[in-house]
Amino acid sequence: MQLTGAQALIKSLEMEGVEVMFGLPGGAILPVYDPILSSSIRHILVRHEQGAGHMAEGYALATGRPGVAVVTSGPGATNIVTPLSNAYMDSTPLVVITGQVPTASIGTDAFQECDITGVTMGITKHNWLVTSAQDIPEVVASAFHLATTGRPGPVLVDVPKDVSNASMEWHWPDRLDLPGYRVPGPPERADIERAAALMAAARRPVLYVGGGVLKARATEALRALAERTGFPVVTTLMARGAFPDSHPQCLGMPGMHGNYTAVTAMQRADLLVALGARFDDRVTGRLDAFAPGAKVVHVDIDAAELHKVRRADVAIAGDCKVVIEALSEAAAPMLAGEDPVSRLSAWWDALRRWQREFPLHYERHSEPPIKPQMVIETLRDLSPPDTVVASGVGQHQMWASQYWRFDYPNTWINSGGAGTMGFAVPAAIGAKVGRPDRTVWAIDGDGCFQMTAQELVTAAAERIPIKVAILNNAYLGMVRQWQEMFYGERYSEVYLSPDLPDYVKWAEAMGAEGLRVETPEEVAPAIEKANAVDDRPVVIDFRTDAFEKVFPMVPAGASNDDVMVHPQHTERADAERLAWERLEAERLAWERVAAERQR
Amino acid sequence: MSPAEAAVDRHHILTVLVENKAGVLARVAGLFSRRGYNIFSLAVAPTEDDRFSRITIVVDVESAPLEQVVNQLDKLVNVVAISELAAASAVQRELLLATVAAAPEERSQVIQLVGVFGGEVVDVGADRLTVMLAGPPEKLDGFEGLLETYEVLDLQRTGRVALPKIDVPPPARNRLVAIGS
Repeated sequence: MQLTGAQALIKSLEMEGVEVMFGLPGGAILPVYDPILSSSIRHILVRHEQGAGHMAEGYALATGRPGVAVVTSGPGATNIVTPLSNAYMDSTPLVVITGQVPTASIGTDAFQECDITGVTMGITKHNWLVTSAQDIPEVVASAFHLATTGRPGPVLVDVPKDVSNASMEWHWPDRLDLPGYRVPGPPERADIERAAALMAAARRPVLYVGGGVLKARATEALRALAERTGFPVVTTLMARGAFPDSHPQCLGMPGMHGNYTAVTAMQRADLLVALGARFDDRVTGRLDAFAPGAKVVHVDIDAAELHKVRRADVAIAGDCKVVIEALSEAAAPMLAGEDPVSRLSAWWDALRRWQREFPLHYERHSEPPIKPQMVIETLRDLSPPDTVVASGVGQHQMWASQYWRFDYPNTWINSGGAGTMGFAVPAAIGAKVGRPDRTVWAIDGDGCFQMTAQELVTAAAERIPIKVAILNNAYLGMVRQWQEMFYGERYSEVYLSPDLPDYVKWAEAMGAEGLRVETPEEVAPAIEKANAVDDRPVVIDFRTDAFEKVFPMVPAGASNDDVMVHPQHTERADAERLAWERLEAERLAWERVAAERQR
Repeated sequence: MSPAEAAVDRHHILTVLVENKAGVLARVAGLFSRRGYNIFSLAVAPTEDDRFSRITIVVDVESAPLEQVVNQLDKLVNVVAISELAAASAVQRELLLATVAAAPEERSQVIQLVGVFGGEVVDVGADRLTVMLAGPPEKLDGFEGLLETYEVLDLQRTGRVALPKIDVPPPARNRLVAIGS
């Protein structure tokens, strides 16, 4: 069967089971858009290529399937660089197809030419410049294989216009020629046993769970391991929902804006079992002061993550699900006959006390301005428990992660590693396309919203009824917080204005419903009204307190021991730290005495 | 340890088997620059199998632990295999070309020096000579030092290539790393 390269490309996407792609046509990709008319694949026409990329990410994060975006050459391609970088940092499977100028024009600075494979080399798992139409099926099959296996990630396929137009004989590869690509196999028995021995000996263990657990679909296995061992669990920003927040063993999020108990549990631990987590600087704080007494078991599918930041005592390169199941099995006989709760009772006593004494806190009141945390709590309580939440980057993201109750995997869609402002709206659209059965809320900041709001036009046109809660504090809030705390309240270029733009009018102009909420008592009714709309997007402009800050906070470069809790809890936290330091000093003194006696 | 020896101690040889595809060198070089690893020297050429090329990289491991460099290189899809060669268990060779100003009365001295090192004179002009020496990098260092007695107009070294010594048994100091291992 003779096909054009463009037809072969679309057919290859169909062969890969693609149901939807996000894109925007242009000159160099024109041939590819023609066969889309007769394809089974739904195409969603975006208003800006960055939107296509983030939608594809949102789709991938909500469904676990690879997201697909199609854009043209030059500026079309460069506009999708941010989503590629974002997906690379967060290991999101993404396949991006870019048009390219005809082969003969490459290197001549032709109209809309850009060396996009060169540009994206460092932010894709791999990329290809296709030079022959005959290669298209194999490149597409390889692209999906790479995007979805091992450590998932974005890939890019650059297709010159003459290659799309050329004729080829259709074939579908039965094997891929990737001699340099292999995925880790099952773990070594000995490593599992060494890890299990450390777990059996630990008295202050923590399961440090990262996004890899979600990528490996290992949430059930994790739950079994946690319940069998009785270990407390912290879920990083990328792993919210990997272990239910309502589970009694869940301590919540650690890190720069993690809660006191999760942060301190890691600091005082004698064993960290890191599962699909990478010791990111936002989790560790100052590295040489991070979890000083902890031995480390590190499980990651990417061998390059092992020993990269923190030397592990047992390092296991492997799929999280396989390894977690092996650890569960190996730990069972070692823990047999011991009730996990009583074995770790002293540890759990300390954790429960911290949870009691240092809960997340903000000052609740019934007068305006509205507290942003209260908006999120109300949203959480009035929406179905399996609601998918997307967020942008900044204060609203941290509050959403802190105050939402994540009980289901793949319900938290955010930009973790890259910290891409403007992620929420397009990512929520992609998530809703992938999970039309779920309620999808974008929790956004006013700064973020202005970066990608135009995609609400896409959502309205395509009837994708997402809901957007703007926590409008009229500032680039996280920057404002840092300027207040670390730059002597010298506010430089952070004020935005609550009324410019008029978010309600803007929403309406884009075909969405727009609501404004200025007092606490209006919050719940507005949310209920929004939840009842299912034929178009809704935007609520919540006028929130501009002076509210995210606590707890570990200042950049500080030790996690110096976590700043809400000012109301500061004295208590200081006393707690002094008591710990005294105990540590005593313990060290006793150890010295014991060592001397032995000599 | 002298500074020179210390410098050599920081150098590790990686021979990297890569697919012979467009852009592979850029991928390898780009990885080194964006992760902040230092390349001391680099040589690339096709192997006996035309699907693959071999890149010999001498890495300055002051900048990052060798393990990290190898693990990150491993992740490049076009990288098929990486062997780390300890200097003692590898055969290393490099080639040097130098154009030296040599008036007729100096010419025989230069030719003699080249002869002592087992090099060759590859081009001769009225007032200059181009000489060539192939050998272990340390030998080239010595030769280069002595050439400086004369006026060196141009000097080019290829960077080293290396293969494992045949009589050295493989374990410990000479490990072959395959992707995903």
